[in-house]
Amino acid sequence: MDDTQPIIRVQHLVKKFGDVTAVDDVSFDVRRAEIFAFLGPNGAGKTTTIRMLTTLLQPTSGSLELDGLDPTARRNDVRQRIGVVFQDPSLDQDLTAWENMDIHGVLYGVPRRERHERAARLLELFELAERKGSLVKTFSGGMRRRLEIARGLLHTPRVLFLDEPTLGLDPQSRNQMWTHVQNLNQTDGVTVFLTTHYMDEADRVAHRIAVIDHGRIVAIGSPAELKSRTNSESLEQAFLALTGTAIREESVGAADRMREAGRMWRRR
Amino acid sequence: MRVVFALWMREVRKYFRSPAQMLGTLGSPVMYLGVLGFGLGPIFRRAGEGSYLQFMAPGIMCMTILFTSTFSGMALLWDRQFGFLKETLVAPVPRLTIMLGRTVGGATVALFQGLLVFLVSLIAGFRPAHVLDVPTAILVMACVALVFSAMGTIIGSSLKEMQGFQIIMNFLVMPIFFLSGALYPLRNLPVALTVLTRLDPLTYGVDALRGVLIGDAHFGVGLDILALAIAATVLLILGAYRFSKIEV
Ligand SMILES: Nc1ncnc2c1ncn2[C@@H]1O[C@H](COP(=O)(O)OP(=O)(O)OP(=O)(O)O)[C@@H](O)[C@H]1O
Ligand SMILES: [Mg+2]
Repeated sequence: MDDTQPIIRVQHLVKKFGDVTAVDDVSFDVRRAEIFAFLGPNGAGKTTTIRMLTTLLQPTSGSLELDGLDPTARRNDVRQRIGVVFQDPSLDQDLTAWENMDIHGVLYGVPRRERHERAARLLELFELAERKGSLVKTFSGGMRRRLEIARGLLHTPRVLFLDEPTLGLDPQSRNQMWTHVQNLNQTDGVTVFLTTHYMDEADRVAHRIAVIDHGRIVAIGSPAELKSRTNSESLEQAFLALTGTAIREESVGAADRMREAGRMWRRR
Repeated sequence: MRVVFALWMREVRKYFRSPAQMLGTLGSPVMYLGVLGFGLGPIFRRAGEGSYLQFMAPGIMCMTILFTSTFSGMALLWDRQFGFLKETLVAPVPRLTIMLGRTVGGATVALFQGLLVFLVSLIAGFRPAHVLDVPTAILVMACVALVFSAMGTIIGSSLKEMQGFQIIMNFLVMPIFFLSGALYPLRNLPVALTVLTRLDPLTYGVDALRGVLIGDAHFGVGLDILALAIAATVLLILGAYRFSKIEV
């Protein structure tokens, strides 16, 4: 593998759901061993892009590449290389924390010993060790989220997708998680593709950021570049300058309102 | 292989973890055996057909297996709702493997439940012709379980939401049960019913079980098992196909 090649290459990606264009001609590259943040308001198309990159959804048009492979054609090879923490829950609530971890390890072909060692370590790290024998349905929302993350880190993928991983987590767990993810990135060279609505997190961990709004990329660059480009002190300001209410309110006509309403309905 | 085992284990674990459900689903078989078995017994005997309990017990075992295995196939819908399906579908494992693990797991659970009803019918007074036939009976039950677990997988992969559940129950599962000859002999039926019973895979399951347990097969156990094997193969292939088309 050529190390200078981007590990993810997205070109003119389009995804339509009926007459809603969720992803609208998106192109970007993610470099090897990079932490790449994908930021955008609700409904911008972040999760949809991740679902296409992780082989779960077929694009309407455009091309995708992950580690030189096409996720629409070489599904299994792509799956071998990725790990995903979904935005929506994906645990088996009728199994224990430990069993959820173990099945994940088996699904990803992690040898038994390693699987058990790593599961124990991750459960410890996310402070779930004491409850590892409890059924997930007895967990609090935050605990479930932590388990979901711990599970996603059980195998070492080449690309780790984290779709709003810290949603509903307390500051301690968030800090813990990002420290661990940065470690993985530095020591194992894992590429990280993340989304979050916490700008301080993106500012802290991301090497580069793409901002997406209404299915279109509006800016790509390092956190510092985005700030200087928009003359902002913080990433939050930069984000608002790029996607912000001020800009959008001017253009909210009847058509936009209809589209917003349509979105609300479709999201249910 | 390890994945098939892990997913199989998952089903079995969940089964043994909820004794309430295990016993709860025994409700209707017990009622059929107790109420119908003893209620219709005298008429059946007067018609010269022998003991109704002996006759219907294999049918009720098959009924239990039919319901349990269809449900566990349809548990796919729950896994879709709670997201666990996504976790398995994004893993680097062929869909066929996942489908097999789930389906065989569901069939196993249904087999356990069938055996439980077997025990219950022993308590109610059912007597197999020969103890040595019991292993063969288990084999037949396993075939039935596999057939309908595969059917459940097809349904589970084709529906998107639980809404279709009632329709499936009323227009597929119940007819399969009532047309199977679980409750009545296959002889001297009206033509339409004769045709329909012959098209129902469960008919052959009930017949085989009856043949093995009380030596009273209409078609012959060999033919029955052949029919079950064909049904299992066709439904598994269809199930694998439908499962490969799931988008989450
Ligand atoms: N299965 C679907 N069917 C129809 N529309 C969909 C579907 N999935 C997503 N959409 C639409 O696509 C658009 C983008 O959704 P997406 O989930 O990618 O947003 P997002 O950027 O992840 O938002 P959030 O920050 O809220 O998670 C939305 O308008 C949404 O309603
Ligand atoms: Mg999202």
